[in-house]
Amino acid sequence: MPEALAALLRVLVVLVAFLVLPLLVGQAEHKVMAHMQSRVGPMYAGGFHGWAQLIADGVKFVQKEAVVPTAADQTVFKLAPAVALLPYLVALLVVPLGPGLVGEDLDLGLFFVLAVMGVGVVGTLMGGWSSANKFSLLGGIRVAAQLMAYELPFVLAGASVAMAAGTLSLTGIVEAWQPWWLLWQGIALVVFFVAGLAELQRPPFDMPVADAEIVFGPFTEYGGLRFALFILAEYAGIVVLSALTAVLFLGGWHGPFEDTIGWVWTLVKTFAVAFVVIWARVAYPRMREDQLMRLAWQGLVPLTLLQLAITAVGVVAWA
Amino acid sequence: MRVPGLVKGLAVTMRALTRRSVTAHYPDALPELPPRSRGVIALIEENCTSCMLCARECPAWCIYIDSHKDVVPATTEGGKDKTRNVLDRFAIDFSICMYCSICIEVCPFDALHWSPEFEYAELDIRELTHEKDRLREWMWTVPAPAALDEHAEPAKEIGVARRAADREAGEGV
Repeated sequence: MPEALAALLRVLVVLVAFLVLPLLVGQAEHKVMAHMQSRVGPMYAGGFHGWAQLIADGVKFVQKEAVVPTAADQTVFKLAPAVALLPYLVALLVVPLGPGLVGEDLDLGLFFVLAVMGVGVVGTLMGGWSSANKFSLLGGIRVAAQLMAYELPFVLAGASVAMAAGTLSLTGIVEAWQPWWLLWQGIALVVFFVAGLAELQRPPFDMPVADAEIVFGPFTEYGGLRFALFILAEYAGIVVLSALTAVLFLGGWHGPFEDTIGWVWTLVKTFAVAFVVIWARVAYPRMREDQLMRLAWQGLVPLTLLQLAITAVGVVAWA
Repeated sequence: MRVPGLVKGLAVTMRALTRRSVTAHYPDALPELPPRSRGVIALIEENCTSCMLCARECPAWCIYIDSHKDVVPATTEGGKDKTRNVLDRFAIDFSICMYCSICIEVCPFDALHWSPEFEYAELDIRELTHEKDRLREWMWTVPAPAALDEHAEPAKEIGVARRAADREAGEGV
């Protein structure tokens, strides 16, 4: 019985983290992006520098009418936001914060996370297809193309670090991690991060939702709470991607005093990566569809193959 | 190959992040407006002769003037009665006004002036038509004209007024 209770507690903590961390990242994006553009961002909600802006937004979204287009595929349309959001919750469950501080320590952790993150994109695809709207469909097709192109380097970069650590368990990978892996796995780090951005359709890879040309891509017909869920999925995706990058490539809880405050290090690294995600959004313009494809197939895939070769040589030489 | 440009983008945004934003916190801090800001048009009713020049020159036709003539009885025996224009209504519809300043330039009697006040938004568009008493109230917010340069000649009007005063004083003696 206590075992079940502990499991329940872990799930609860992960759920709370899943609801809080994306909001933190979202608020950070509001403020960081604003200041990077010499603005101040939200200033009023909650009194102090607009800290409650996202809560106010949430309240507003909840109040809105749930509109489903007549021509839409009702079931798929309603299901899509959940399919987009839930995978990130599940992914967060297996990402370790510290030694033993993990929702569920899977031996196949990395494999599981990568598989589940791919499902998240399917939610967007479902939304795009079921909306019965040409912009949504275009966006959905772009999502599919992006998923095809970037899943490969994403998985290969993850595979590289798994090869280096000799395990697929996320906890195992962090424990095997050494600071000089930053160099050894450097290419994989960059590729993983870039491909992850593309997978989340974050700028500069936001061609599928390019609001200036196809309205809002797959989300065009969505409003109210369903739209909010899609947006929440995007930020949950940032959290998962940042946490994964921190755990796989930046050594998770390794750092000074790791025995006591290791989990703080994981969080700090996660937020540092999330900061870079926001930074990239502000600094770079959106890439064209053909540029996206070229970057994936001619840039990232060869790079990851090179990285795999380097990793393999390293593993054989030192093991 | 494109790496320097990518780094530059990051550097520019990071530099902006470390600097203070340029945002003016308007409702909390009032803006510092230049002295000749075109905020709202003020009217000195006493100066207005209902000559209609402003209403006719207005490109947006947003000035409404109603007036009638009053008879001023002759002050001397057998003299002729005079007539005087009395302003009944002077209104500017700021929902139509395009702030071109033509009415102010065209007024021969300096009855119209720019005030830098700009916070007169309304919930009902009809409220944006300011009648003459409201236009008169804006007059209190009109800044004094800019001072002349140090060695400039005094304004023409002052010279005219002084000469007239001197003449009157001479006649009085």
